[in-house]
Amino acid sequence: MIDRRLIKNFDWGLLVIILFLAFLGLLILYSALVTSSAELNKALYIRQITWVCIGLVLMTIAFTINYKRLNQWAGLLYVFCILLLIAVLVSGKYVAGSKRWLVLGTLSIQPSEFAKLSIIVILAKYYSSFGNPRGLGFGELLLPLIYTAIPFILIVKQPDLGSALLLGFIAVAMTVFVKIKRKTLISIAAAGFVCTPVAWCLLKEYQQKRILNFLNPDRDPLGAGYHVIQSKIAIGSGMITGKGYLEGTQNALSFLPEQHTDFIFSVLAEEWGFVGGAFFLLLFFIIILKGLKIAHRSQDPFGTMLAVGITAMIFFQVFINVGMVMGLMPVVGAPLPLISYGGSSMFTTMVSLGLLLNISMRRFMFD
Amino acid sequence: MKKYLNSSDSNWYKQRLTGAVFILVAAFCMLLFRLFYLQIVEGEKFRKLSENNRIRLQSIDPPRGLIFDQNGRIMVDNRPSFDLGIILKDARPLEETITKLAGTINVTEEEIREKIANAKSVSPYETILLKPDIGRDLLAAIEVSRFDLPGIVIDVKIRRHYIREKSAAHLIGYLGEINLKELGNYHYDQYKSGDLIGKFGVEKSYEKFLRGKRGGRQVEVNAIGQVYRVLETVEAQPGNNIYLTINHLLQEKAEELLDNRPGAVVAMDPNNGHILAMANSPAFDPNVFVGGLSQKQWQKIISNPFRAMENKAIQAGYPPASIYKIVAAVAGLEEGIIDDTNTIFCPGFYRFGDRDFRCWKKGGHGEVDIYKALAESCDVFFYQLGLKLGVDRLAWYARAFGLGELTGIDLDHEARGLVPTASWKRKRTGIAWQKGETLSVAIGQGYNLTTPLQLLVMVSSIANGGTLYKPQILKQVETAEGNVLLESKPQIIGKLPVSQKNIDIVRKGLWEVVNSGRGTGRIARLKHEEFMSGKTGTAQVVGRKRSESFKESEIPHHFKNHALFVAYAPSESPTIAVTVIVEHGEQGSSTAAPIAQQLIQNYLESIKN
Repeated sequence: MIDRRLIKNFDWGLLVIILFLAFLGLLILYSALVTSSAELNKALYIRQITWVCIGLVLMTIAFTINYKRLNQWAGLLYVFCILLLIAVLVSGKYVAGSKRWLVLGTLSIQPSEFAKLSIIVILAKYYSSFGNPRGLGFGELLLPLIYTAIPFILIVKQPDLGSALLLGFIAVAMTVFVKIKRKTLISIAAAGFVCTPVAWCLLKEYQQKRILNFLNPDRDPLGAGYHVIQSKIAIGSGMITGKGYLEGTQNALSFLPEQHTDFIFSVLAEEWGFVGGAFFLLLFFIIILKGLKIAHRSQDPFGTMLAVGITAMIFFQVFINVGMVMGLMPVVGAPLPLISYGGSSMFTTMVSLGLLLNISMRRFMFD
Repeated sequence: MKKYLNSSDSNWYKQRLTGAVFILVAAFCMLLFRLFYLQIVEGEKFRKLSENNRIRLQSIDPPRGLIFDQNGRIMVDNRPSFDLGIILKDARPLEETITKLAGTINVTEEEIREKIANAKSVSPYETILLKPDIGRDLLAAIEVSRFDLPGIVIDVKIRRHYIREKSAAHLIGYLGEINLKELGNYHYDQYKSGDLIGKFGVEKSYEKFLRGKRGGRQVEVNAIGQVYRVLETVEAQPGNNIYLTINHLLQEKAEELLDNRPGAVVAMDPNNGHILAMANSPAFDPNVFVGGLSQKQWQKIISNPFRAMENKAIQAGYPPASIYKIVAAVAGLEEGIIDDTNTIFCPGFYRFGDRDFRCWKKGGHGEVDIYKALAESCDVFFYQLGLKLGVDRLAWYARAFGLGELTGIDLDHEARGLVPTASWKRKRTGIAWQKGETLSVAIGQGYNLTTPLQLLVMVSSIANGGTLYKPQILKQVETAEGNVLLESKPQIIGKLPVSQKNIDIVRKGLWEVVNSGRGTGRIARLKHEEFMSGKTGTAQVVGRKRSESFKESEIPHHFKNHALFVAYAPSESPTIAVTVIVEHGEQGSSTAAPIAQQLIQNYLESIKN
């Protein structure tokens, strides 16, 4: 069943980096969890190990089955994710003022994570047959806009501004990659310029406040602002070589739950210093470059677009997450792929990377 | 088209990728530069700040909203409290600090160690409470030796203060530390462990108004943990103030009249459902809950045989006894079984089957019409009426009065009571309804259970001519600045399915209870020109077996009958309705009626002035 060419074309380097990062993630998570009460940690830690293992299985499945089948499943997958997002709004679990989780028995899932991948797949399907050298016009942009707007609005409703924006970025990146007509692009920019202030005025005061706090964490000195300060102290205090594994002190302060989810990079940078932090960024840089290379080498437009979308997703997540913990970016709920605690994010990332491997090894296959 | 994207060698396509790689490199360089800046350029500064975690967050608790009575007399407020605590990470060397502290505050070292050991799960940078609410002397002593006591902190906290101690304790409720279950509830997602929240009564029901919003400050501390610079402050927002419908003078009068006998007194304005007083006895002092209760204190409260923690007015179900005759009378009139001209003869008993059902009056009442039946509470009249109505029709009218249902008052743990029907009994016991049981039900004994509040709603509906109002305890909510946030409006929960004529007949009967020469409530006649109407009740205590017969004077206290009385006044246009229950008070007419009379007298005089 497995063609010898598939094995020959398999990107072993990418797989090694993925495995290495997943292992590194568990190591850092362990350190992040050491400080809080023993009972809780162990449970969280064991759960994350389970997520990684399940993730690896999902990744294997994702590169074994020919990715081209996704082309047929795209619509179904998309509708399924939209239904999940609606279910969250209807019967999701409230955590800290927003509904992001769907509870299924003992399992909580975050459908906004899965929505990212489904939007990539459906846009890849669309653009792989509608892209053209002259660029896309308004008419051709309408459907992708609707595809993106539905999950975007559903996620904003939760509210989870960070995930919604990430979804938007991915869609924009894919669209721009396919090329938009210059005239169309200018019109869109002009319209955005005009509409933004109008839209702003239409928002209610608390909504404006939420967006302002989101953009500028200093406006919220007891919440996001405080986290950023502590995160900057943690990272900065790591200096060149870091304080050493398990020697970090900043996460003793109650960051929870962010220290093991969104702020995990600060634990790493504190303990392993600039050397560790830079090495870590390098690994992600390589993954993303490899993703682009895979997009480039694929002979199949659907494969190209899929690879571009996945690469964009990983890039944005890394960039936004690391930028956020270093105080460069708004505090959004963007997990660091492969590292942050959380099953939904782990599964989505693993499946995405599996698809990259898939596209890579099937790049010469036509069927 | 496919060909176009497929031709990966085309110049345009490569350009796209080059652009992407360029953006990518730029982005990663930016991250790397930032990392370099934080860790190498500013590294030294951040390393220092990270030692001992210099930047910390301190929480500022919001002052909880105050509670007033209807006239703005304060019932619950806040006062400052100085809480002594320790931050372990700053208290170095720990042993020495503990020794010094023990010497200063006159507590043994063991006690301090125990407190610390109990708080193991707390982050080492968080304050462990050692002694709440220390007095001024201790405060001064600690301030003097502040520099010898690293890591010892004094937090100025706001402490709830129930000014009138036991007064209205069951209504107002108390605070307690939030528990794990509550923390998991999204209604409480602004809370953290250690927070005090309303656990009972108004404090619980109106938690969302009273709470306010927590503030906090970002501070920089020095090496021994003392605040040396405040970086940012977000002020706490005080909670909203609450005005109850309670009239605190009436409340205190009711408590005084109860005089520590187990029981309850509830008063309401029959025209809008505003609760004017809700007195319960025995009571507890909510102040002792504020600082946390010791096992011993708790045991003492809950071991009271008369249930000190129970709001009897809404939680306890009593047989309504003769007060239920109001229901039977209305049902009989409305169903056309009797009118105000029918009479029956009461020889002092009613023979049903092979058993004599006795009237409370041994010699009998003679010829009895509906007025006399109510005024003198003739059992025989209602035995016969009940038999004709049947238990299910009686139950239908009882439900129309709101019995067997929650009144919907804004307080937890309200009891539903019980209105028996034939099908209820079959379901419950598997045994068919016996006709003889209808006789007991018709005079309010048997399976009937009602709360004092339900009886109050019922008698109020007679008083106001047929409307059931939801009992309300909240008059209005104001912000701390005094802006009215919410004003409660009367809520109608039902209308009596009874004609005005029949209501008037019952009202006349209830008037005679108090004002006719032989009325069972004649002791409660008002002293002035005004009239009051009412109904007495004497409820047999469940559990007292028929075989156990005692002489009247030898009945053990816990088998003595409950004394009940409901009333409203002035009879023509009532402004107050009252339910009184004295557990084991024996006679409604002699024990409960005078309480209602004095309370109403007091109220009518006070509103006149």
